[in-house]
Amino acid sequence: MNILVVLIPVSICLGAAGLAACLWTLRHGQYDDLEGDAARILLDETDPTAPRSDPAGTRSAPRP
Amino acid sequence: MTILACPGCVAAAHIAETGAEAGVESGTTLHLALPQIRCAACIAGVETVLSALPSVRAARVNLGAKRVRIVLSAGCDAGEALRALNDAGYEAHELDATALRPAGDAEGRSLLARAAVAGFAMMNVMAVSVAVWSGAGDATRAMFHWVSASIALPALAFSAVPFFASAMIALRAGRMNMDVPIALAILLAATTSLYETIADTGAHTWFDAALSLTFFLLVGRYLEHRARASARSAAAELTALELPRATRLTAQGRETVDVAALIPEDRIALAAGARAPVDGIAEAAATVDRSALTGEADPVAIAAGDAICAGEVILGAPVTLRVIRRAEDSTLRRLAALVEIAETGRHRYSGLADRTARLYAPVVHGLAALAFVMWWGMSGDLHRAIGVATATLIITCPCALALAIPAVTAAMTGRLFRAGVLLKSPTALERLAEVDCVLFDKTGTLTEGVARLPDLDPTAASVALALAQASDHPVSRALAASLAGQTPAALQDLREVPGEGVCGLWDGAPVRLWRGAAGTELHLPGRRIPLPLSEVPRPGAAETIAALDRAGYDLAMVTGDTDDRAADLAGRLGIKQIYAGIRPEDKAGLVRQLAGQGRRVLMVGDGLNDTAALACADASLAPATALDATRVAADGVLLAADLRVVAQTLQCASRARARIRQNLWLAAVYNAVAIPVAVLGFATPLMAAAVMSSSSILVVLNAVRR
Repeated sequence: MNILVVLIPVSICLGAAGLAACLWTLRHGQYDDLEGDAARILLDETDPTAPRSDPAGTRSAPRP
Repeated sequence: MTILACPGCVAAAHIAETGAEAGVESGTTLHLALPQIRCAACIAGVETVLSALPSVRAARVNLGAKRVRIVLSAGCDAGEALRALNDAGYEAHELDATALRPAGDAEGRSLLARAAVAGFAMMNVMAVSVAVWSGAGDATRAMFHWVSASIALPALAFSAVPFFASAMIALRAGRMNMDVPIALAILLAATTSLYETIADTGAHTWFDAALSLTFFLLVGRYLEHRARASARSAAAELTALELPRATRLTAQGRETVDVAALIPEDRIALAAGARAPVDGIAEAAATVDRSALTGEADPVAIAAGDAICAGEVILGAPVTLRVIRRAEDSTLRRLAALVEIAETGRHRYSGLADRTARLYAPVVHGLAALAFVMWWGMSGDLHRAIGVATATLIITCPCALALAIPAVTAAMTGRLFRAGVLLKSPTALERLAEVDCVLFDKTGTLTEGVARLPDLDPTAASVALALAQASDHPVSRALAASLAGQTPAALQDLREVPGEGVCGLWDGAPVRLWRGAAGTELHLPGRRIPLPLSEVPRPGAAETIAALDRAGYDLAMVTGDTDDRAADLAGRLGIKQIYAGIRPEDKAGLVRQLAGQGRRVLMVGDGLNDTAALACADASLAPATALDATRVAADGVLLAADLRVVAQTLQCASRARARIRQNLWLAAVYNAVAIPVAVLGFATPLMAAAVMSSSSILVVLNAVRR
């Protein structure tokens, strides 16, 4: 049963990492335009005239 | 948002990029509405067009909101971007930033974050609880309870805040809402579980139940919020499309200013077709369309020195207006302020959810108290009695009940949103479902304000078309539209006389399109042809009336227009009840009078004269072409030009009500089974987890099915 001392913290940490990632995506406005993001995967990124993918953070509205 | 380099200026792109990363963007940010974009190709097209412009530093399309956010270089305005987009075939309009909600939906994000935390905690606590349910003993069980407590308590403290806050507000106001039993169940589950953990008596803990209750309810609340937020932001966008700007004439020339900055004695230029932003005095003779304020379809001729009220539309020639009242004191705003007062009255409508809560809470709390007294009295074991009472409260937790209504409203509001009906108020669907009587405004709602002509011979038609094309008057525009197939005759010396008509020379002979005794007349050499114009009903008006009539609604038309015009249109559409010549105040009076007879009235109107009636009706709808104040007063805005959505909305509303009732019955049946089990002391946390989840999912599935 001593293995639980390791396993429970490990499982909770993994879950917490997922939660942190979820909150990070939320904070960066990745759910603001679900329809548009679904359409954007169809854009040909290698085409030089097509919009490039974003530099970090620019998706969200300007933060104060 | 994509960072796009100015052609030949890579450094600028770099600056913009670093600026964005630091969270500050130099230059002005504004939003353009793109009503027609639909797909990935549109996104790429718009962003490519904008990227090629030197004045645009960055552009990112939001397909869901159908708008693009652009960052302009310092000192540039949106003109270039708008022209480029229109040239490329994308309809684009500038949006007023102050009328838009701040970008990003703070409430939705906070609900999602709370749901994510509750979901994470729920899964972990359940994983740990499985060991307890399957019989872990003594030290292991105690440890698992402590692990659960250390995850659940902080998670609940963060996630359940919306329920505690709402319950507090309701209790302070002496009311009962759904959040009171929810907050109580969460609170009791957490405290008794904490007590059992500390005392380690081997009794049940309910951490997972408290968390799953919170999680399911937050998901429901988020869905509901999302459906309404999209309808509201679309409605806000309609307002933002009307830029409150005016062209002020000064000694130095023309300048564009905010309407709020206008002061009395300023002179402003109004183009033909423009709406007067403030009250003022016309400096020249003009024709104005007062239909938005009075409901009269006919344009009114005014002389120099006559007053023009805010909200009236200038027809024909441009006019200079001398401002006599500031914007906030003008007619339009005063009416808008009246609407706000009327609106607060409607907020007192208590939704089905609150009424259910009022019935549910005393029953469940009473049962829990009864269980406590019974167990204490019969066994004398206080600890056991508290355990049973808590189990009763938790297992009858209003999970399915609290989801029953929001899940349906979210699904139906979303469906109507896609059909072009924006429902802004949370209780709008319920109120629409109770409607039994529909009042339609005439001008602008049932009609489109354009006109239809009798048949003309080819010569007369070509002259009429040439004359009509020379004017912006609605009658002329309607004439020109109905004669679109003809070739215009070659006329010389075309001249428009405001309030009278258009005249010109045809092969040297005078011809006129002139105001006559009974409407417009066409004067040809030696002939005079009357052109009685009849109003054209909006598309789908007749079908809507027929469909509503079949569905058993009482229909009536209210209008400020004259009896015979109203009777003519009502006859064509099949409306039997007509209230003609009604003044704006009397429209609201009529609605109140009908309400006094026990009728539930739906008012559909677009004019400022309908605003008071819209606000005091049980439910109200306004077309998107209506004035801002009118749209604010209405529960819903119809984006489609076709009136058939009115019938569809009412049908959807009654379907929503039926579905809500089904859901409430489902929840009641679940409770009827669960309550005896809990009161008799057989409830376990495992059972609570299973039935709570399954009943919630059942209710949500029932809500989203077609």
